[in-house]
Formats: sequence, C-alpha cells, structure tokens
Amino acid sequence: MDLASAKVIGAGLAAIGVGAAAIGVGNVFGSFLESAIRNPAAADSQQGRLFIGFAAAELLGLIAFAVAMIILYAV
Amino acid sequence: MAAESKIDPMHQFQISPLAGNLDGSPFVFTNSALWMLVVLALIWLFMLGGMRRAVVPTRWQVMVEGVTGFINSMLTTNVGPEGRKYVPWVFTIFMFILFANLLGMMPLALVGAQPFTVTSQFTVTGIMAIISFGIVLVTGFWRHKLHFFSLFVPHGTPFILKLLIVPIEFVSFMVRPFSLALRLFVAMIAGHILVEVFGSFVVSGINAGGVAGPAISLLSFVFMVGVMALEVLVCAIQAYVFALLTSLYINDAVNLH
Repeated sequence: MDLASAKVIGAGLAAIGVGAAAIGVGNVFGSFLESAIRNPAAADSQQGRLFIGFAAAELLGLIAFAVAMIILYAV
Repeated sequence: MAAESKIDPMHQFQISPLAGNLDGSPFVFTNSALWMLVVLALIWLFMLGGMRRAVVPTRWQVMVEGVTGFINSMLTTNVGPEGRKYVPWVFTIFMFILFANLLGMMPLALVGAQPFTVTSQFTVTGIMAIISFGIVLVTGFWRHKLHFFSLFVPHGTPFILKLLIVPIEFVSFMVRPFSLALRLFVAMIAGHILVEVFGSFVVSGINAGGVAGPAISLLSFVFMVGVMALEVLVCAIQAYVFALLTSLYINDAVNLH
C-alpha cells in the first residue's frame, strides 16, 4: 500500500472517533433533559455544568478530527 | 472526480497578505488582521450604540446590558463576589469570539468580499487561551504564593493515592490552554469545511444535469440549511464555553477548590 492510500484510510479511521463523541454529546444532553423534566426547578442552576460536560465530550471528538486533518494535510 | 470540480475546502483558511509580503518582513497586513479590525469595529459600534445609561432603556441598550449582565452573573455565580474584577477580560474574549464566529458565517462572498473566520486560526485562539491561562497563574501565585500548588492535592486524599493523583491533576492543569484553544479552532474549521463541501455539492450537482444531479443538489441544499442553523448555534456555544471555562479556571486560582 502506498502512502497516499494509507493516509486516506487512516483519516477515515480517525473519523470514527467523531461518531463516538456524538454518542457522548447526546448522552450529556439526554441525561440533562431527563433529569430536568423530573425536577424543572433545579434545571436552570445546572446549566453551567451541562455546558462543561458538553465541552469535555465535544473536545475528545474534535481531537479525533484534528488527528484526521493532521494525517491528511501535515504528514 | 473530474479535475475541474475538485473541492478545495482548506482554501478559505489561507492567510494572504494584503500589504507587504509574507517572506520575512515583520510588518504584514494580512486578511486575518483586516477581519480582526472589522470585528473590533463591529463590537465598538455595538457597544457605542448601547452605552447610554438611560433610565428607560432603548432596545439597543437592553441588548448591550443583557450581554454585560450575562457575563457579570456568570462570574459572580462561578467565582463569587471577587469575580467582578475579571469581568473585563471575560467580556472581551466572549464578545470577540462571538463576533468573529458570527462574522465568519456571514455570506459575504455574495457581495464580492473574501470572508475569513479569525477564530479558525490556531494562533489567534492559542493567544487568547494563553492569556487566560496567564491570568490564572498570575492571580493564583499572587494571592496564595506557593500555597497555590495545593490546587493539585485534593482535600483529604490518602498518601498512596496522592502519588497517583498529583501528576494527573498537574497534567490536566497544564493541558487547559491547549484544550481551550483547540476546541474553538477545530469547531470553527470543521463547520466551515462541512458547509464548503456541501455547498460545492450543490454547484456540481446542478452542473452534472440529468435527473439525479439536481435532486442531489436539492438534498444537499436542504441539509446545508440545517447545518448552517446548527453552526450559528455552535458559534454562540463556543463563545459561551470559552468564557465559562475561563471563569471556572479563574475560580480555581481565586478560591483554590
């Protein structure tokens, strides 16, 4: 296998990580919504934590994207 | 894929000099610098229109006071009453990121301008993250002197666990500026690449003709409208997350857990 095709396959594999992050972000908002509907009075005070969890989950997916970009353009 | 319809999604992030040249000269006015100035001018206009101190506010003043009040309450809830000292910096980065992100989404190519997203450059977001991190370090060491290192030691940990936890806490502390900068930069890059790729699908679908071509164009176009709406949301969320995480890190420095 030459380098060009290996690069494309590697970038494609790295894109799997983005899908995993999608599960994570969905989990964050899903769990928040589930508990916010049970106790709407407490929901607003937890919005900061919601976005921290979202940011952490999203970052790991973005790192996968960055890896794909590095493989495609920088290697 | 035919050679003439080759998609080049990275072209929009290229820095090109508007005055001077890039090879070696220390003073170059690039398109990035131009768009930063545009962002600055827009923020200036926005603030100037709203800072009236009228007792019965106009709509514009309500808008500006909404943003300042939002940042103010973010810092007072996360840091406490001392957080108000840090409002200027957090407000600055919030407004700059928000305006730069939204300006990058504007369809300015329709009027002939070459749009450019300032926050899609790692140097720009990196500098903002480093300044945030520097503020945290300076505040921490200023207020607590060497006691600031107790940030890495959670309260009441057994000694054996400390050997494990202190390096982990240290690494997670040192990674903060990278994660701050990387999140914003990659979110902007990814969104713009996606929009660019689907935008070129619309064009090449129409060019392909037949029945399938326009159908694919229409599907891509509908999808792109959805992606654009999501991107506007992402622009606001990224600005919010950057400001929120900065205020949380400042909280660590001010209150040490």
